[in-house]
Amino acid sequence: MKMLHVVNKSPFEKSSLSSCLRVAKNDSGILLIEDGVFGALQGTSVTDEIAGRSADFKIYVLGPDLAARGLSEKPIIDGIEIIDYEGFVDLAVEHGAVNSWL
Amino acid sequence: MAEEFDDEFDGPVKRFLFVNRKAPYGTVYALESLEVVLISAAFDQDVSLVFMDDGVFQIVKDQNTDGINIKNFSRTYRALEGYDVEKLYVEKESLEARGLSEDDLLVPVEVLDSKALSELMNAQDVVISA
Amino acid sequence: MKFGILVNEGPFTHQASDSALQFVTAALKKGHEIVRVFFYHDGVNNSTKFSDPPSDDRNIVKLWSALAEEHGVELIVCVAAAMRRGINDEVLAPGFQISGLGQLVEAGINADRLVVFGD
Repeated sequence: MKMLHVVNKSPFEKSSLSSCLRVAKNDSGILLIEDGVFGALQGTSVTDEIAGRSADFKIYVLGPDLAARGLSEKPIIDGIEIIDYEGFVDLAVEHGAVNSWL
Repeated sequence: MAEEFDDEFDGPVKRFLFVNRKAPYGTVYALESLEVVLISAAFDQDVSLVFMDDGVFQIVKDQNTDGINIKNFSRTYRALEGYDVEKLYVEKESLEARGLSEDDLLVPVEVLDSKALSELMNAQDVVISA
Repeated sequence: MKFGILVNEGPFTHQASDSALQFVTAALKKGHEIVRVFFYHDGVNNSTKFSDPPSDDRNIVKLWSALAEEHGVELIVCVAAAMRRGINDEVLAPGFQISGLGQLVEAGINADRLVVFGD
């Protein structure tokens, strides 16, 4: 079963997202939460790294965490889907184990 | 309580993977995670440990904490074998990025590249990272 | 589906406890079962009844207690991590119980998914 990877760290501060992209098996789900949501934005210094792998994974971002940080209206990388907490629960159900990249 | 730690646990067995990505001493995660590993083994679960990113520093040889007055728990990794925890993996890329090799490590491990690690990770039921 | 939840951070320095609470609330709303919420590392600091944030902030200790009261969610605080941090039965908020790490492993075994929130 596909694994759900959850990344809660800013890609500008920590290497968690890079490590996840390096090790996660293709076709896994990756959910960006908390400060991890910065990784979903267009036009940043890490956009290319993430957008370049967006075909290998299904990437999601937690809407309430984007909104809290004033980023709801900012363009996000093509293919990244915005979900809410209930969507997070659904992803955990649909995938196999959940791997949090703390 | 007592029966939880009984060696005769005969409930379901799941594949538990502990992903160690943090260095020891700077934060408490490595020490406290090791305590969960030992308990999982007492429950006769199928336990694997992965050391990647700064987690590889947890198992570097010759740790001496005398000068910082914090408990040196590195010898516990050597004791894992006694708890039948024998599946220890290290990500090759993490090791190399930190200028380390297998010779620098205090326990026997299997070095995997990230592709192999990704297969191992995907085969788990429970992933506990700290 | 049965969920086990692990909370590794305290209620103020990190968002982890809030994220866990939001996840648990959404899971219950969708009809899932929360077999146990286990508090480990600094997560044990979520369990003290003496937590008293300013009134314009959410009181997450009370929110966890309310969840235990309303939905019967088990809130287990690791004894070893709690002792290190000065948390004992005397300071526990309603709904929290102190127990061993075996309860975390058991949650991993009995739940369909274990979801970890931390730093």
